[in-house]
Amino acid sequence: MAEKVGIYVCHCGSNIAGMVDVEEVAKWAGANIPDVVVSRDYKFMCSSLGQQMIEDDIKKEGLTRVVVGACSPHLHEKTFRRACSNAGMNPYLCQMTNLREHVSWVAVDRSAATLKAKALVSASAERVKMQKPLEPMSVKVNPATLVIGGGIAGLQATLELADAGYHVYLVEREPSIGGHMAQFDKTFPTLDCSACILTPKMSEVGQHENVTMMTYAEVEEVSGSVGEFTVKIRKRARYVEYAPCTGCGICIEKCPQKVVDTVFEAGLGYRKAIYTPFPQAVPRVPVIDVDNCRWFKQQKCKVCQKLCPTNAINYDQQDEVVEIKVGNIIAATGWKMFESKGLPQYGYGRLANVFTSLEFERLCNSAGPTNGKIVLRDGKTEPKSVAIIHCVGSRDTNHNEYCSGICCMASLKFGHLVLEKTNAEVYSFYIDMRANQKGYEEFYQRLLAEGMNFVRGKVAEITDAARKPSEEGKLIIQCEDTLQGRQRRIPVDMVVLMGALEPQADAKETGLKLGISCSMAGWYTERHPKLDPVATMTDGVFVAGVCQGPKDIPASVAQGAAAAARVMGMITKGTVTIEPIVASVTEEECSGCKICNTMCPYNAIEFDAAKEVSHVITALCKGCGTCVAACPAGAITGAHFNNQQIFAEIEGILWDAKPQAEPVSA
Amino acid sequence: MKYAYYPGCSLERNSAAYDVSVRQVADLLGIKLVELDDWNCCGATEFFSQDELVATSVIARNLALVDSQLNQLVAPCAACYLNLSKTDRLMAEHPHMNDKVNQCLAAGGLNYKPGSVRVRHILDVIYTDIGETAIRDKVVRPLTNLRIAPYYGCQVVRPDVAFDNPEYPMKMDELFQWVGAEVVDYPVKAHCCSGHMTQISEPQAYELIRRLLASAAEYKADMILCMCPMCQLNLDAYQAATNKYFGTNYKIPIIFFTQLLGVAFGLDTKKLGFGKEIVAAEPVLQSKLGANAAV
Repeated sequence: MAEKVGIYVCHCGSNIAGMVDVEEVAKWAGANIPDVVVSRDYKFMCSSLGQQMIEDDIKKEGLTRVVVGACSPHLHEKTFRRACSNAGMNPYLCQMTNLREHVSWVAVDRSAATLKAKALVSASAERVKMQKPLEPMSVKVNPATLVIGGGIAGLQATLELADAGYHVYLVEREPSIGGHMAQFDKTFPTLDCSACILTPKMSEVGQHENVTMMTYAEVEEVSGSVGEFTVKIRKRARYVEYAPCTGCGICIEKCPQKVVDTVFEAGLGYRKAIYTPFPQAVPRVPVIDVDNCRWFKQQKCKVCQKLCPTNAINYDQQDEVVEIKVGNIIAATGWKMFESKGLPQYGYGRLANVFTSLEFERLCNSAGPTNGKIVLRDGKTEPKSVAIIHCVGSRDTNHNEYCSGICCMASLKFGHLVLEKTNAEVYSFYIDMRANQKGYEEFYQRLLAEGMNFVRGKVAEITDAARKPSEEGKLIIQCEDTLQGRQRRIPVDMVVLMGALEPQADAKETGLKLGISCSMAGWYTERHPKLDPVATMTDGVFVAGVCQGPKDIPASVAQGAAAAARVMGMITKGTVTIEPIVASVTEEECSGCKICNTMCPYNAIEFDAAKEVSHVITALCKGCGTCVAACPAGAITGAHFNNQQIFAEIEGILWDAKPQAEPVSA
Repeated sequence: MKYAYYPGCSLERNSAAYDVSVRQVADLLGIKLVELDDWNCCGATEFFSQDELVATSVIARNLALVDSQLNQLVAPCAACYLNLSKTDRLMAEHPHMNDKVNQCLAAGGLNYKPGSVRVRHILDVIYTDIGETAIRDKVVRPLTNLRIAPYYGCQVVRPDVAFDNPEYPMKMDELFQWVGAEVVDYPVKAHCCSGHMTQISEPQAYELIRRLLASAAEYKADMILCMCPMCQLNLDAYQAATNKYFGTNYKIPIIFFTQLLGVAFGLDTKKLGFGKEIVAAEPVLQSKLGANAAV
């Protein structure tokens, strides 16, 4: 019996109808495509009236297949499948054709666009006739969650979930949680103490009954899918046993090996070879840095082991790989600072008194290497003038095109701290002053009133080549002042480079493990830039904080909480529906060659040794089709994408290319 | 390695030392330079502002003359290098200009397809194509104790970014570290030498020249190495006038980098064009390199 197909062409207001003659497409489809019994166009097919129209036709006309020519299936596939389902049709017998993103938005010629729309509708109509009813699967959601990254975004997500009663595994690469916020002295625009607002959250996480914290650890492998991920985590050897260590700190105090701390102190201060990054570290269990420890380098010393009152030092400790099961994952992996040496004209690394913003944070911090005194690289001289250079590596086509978002406000904060702590003049060299969040413009006005100097222009060069006596011994900022319309040279004692926020060096690699993608700049791509900012295209994987794009502390916290809320929604519902679009092996045709076993990117294919055939673990399969294409015997079928369906689609698209009446004889 | 060679006008007369030293050093390094037959002037800095089409066509004629077997053209002069590479880029980016220029070339029975010749600077060829190992191997007189200030000027590194950082170039620095010199990292190495300003406003030109000499002197450089005839001329020929104007007493030899590279490779200083510079370089070589400098 022939199928009865209904065709529905949407105007999308003028989005589609402005470029495609939708009435003509609908009329043509009704007259020309075989088995089409109804063909209509409508202003907004996704409206309740549009949906109702489809439902009524299914019931009245006895439609067995539906084609909707509208927007991307990302937006409304669910809508139309639900409408069909309401009318008693299997939802997988409804096919969407993208006439907006694929046709009207990218076309410039109305008649060509209309022709393309006809071909695509024809393709969908031919394909939909071959489609089979499918039943979605439902899997249970494991209520535990993995949060990757213990910065402020990850901490917020962890606390939201843990406080709601759900278990969280928090994995942090560094020996302590806290992230970059732990390095800062003050936060803009309120100038409250960063540590004072952060450390309570850190200790709450550290002591929470619902949190399993793994610091000095990294995610090694992720398998499974939404509802039930299996994650392997490598806990690097600390060489200090967790349970007996009381965090008394004697080992750190007595360790004879000083090491320049390039991470927490940004290279300005020292730590020991056995260390916690900072006094309020959570956990308080130190780690031994084997590259610098005298025992590991020369088999001498053992001072920490001798003096530890609880015998917690264990030089033989090994890395440990643990496996956990979670239902959802939140990536809050943060950022790294732009390498300022990439702009050699600014002299970082060559001119001693050029500092990075992270170095300057440590200088301002009362727990930092100078106890909060703003001094030059010599460690004692207070600067008489300080230049703060914005957009170092940001808004620069040679480095990062994007605006790093936080630097303008951080510059104002630095300006305030310099004015408060020293008698120095402060100059800000900015391209545009961006102060567009709550209280930010007011903060800018406050710094203008406090006497910070603002020069609008991109700095060309920072040099020690003096041209006149007043420049001797100074760092000279050469800059075009675009408000005065002239070149200026401003001699200063100290320069702070506001480096760009950049994606972590291994962001792509981590993204691959999680099955999420990065933007051109390297930030994780959200499911929708406006309407779904913390979900990703991979179900069950969410993003929060700067790893999704530059943002400040309030925005990172908001995203952490938002991601946690999304996860709680999944847990509360308890089950998640999985698309039945998966691969399956026809056992009789499988030769047992195992080629598909290694090709599957989701480890969803197992080899049944007894039967000597491969089979697909449906819950893990994402329906990517790799195995279908790879199988030399053609024994694997991808549901919803079988050969018959694909060929029908191709024939539909080539509706106007009539086959030769007679085959060409040899 | 075989390249087409475009010496340019300066290298025929006031920068003859550049030409001979480039040829000597290239020969020693196995860089075969085949001089373009019947090449013409690149128009220097001025011609582009007179008539863009004529200027572009005059330069494109040289590109069109490159033997199709040799798809790389080496130009040691900074202005020639920039004009040749700029012309190639203009023709590639503007089909309209390309058509017009090729119409002009056709009058002389020539044709040029943009992108078919790669314009190279001699520093790039030595640094990139020969490379560190081969250069270190060729050193017979290491330049130990000699403090040199590499001077890049404007046109080779800007505005077309080809082989070095346009804001703070380093390739000549590295090259001379390979041959044992003490390279001073002075801050003005990519600043302007004043170009033709000496003909327009002497005080302005002297100030720009003074800044370069002052910085090199502050960093105790024994000599400044140039890769542009204009830079060499300004710093060398106007050094006395600059001293007189400011009451200073700089006496810094200004030579082409290929001349000193030849010294490191053991070539005869006479054959490297030494002696043509105004502030004599050989006495400095003698005093710093001692017996080593002797031929």
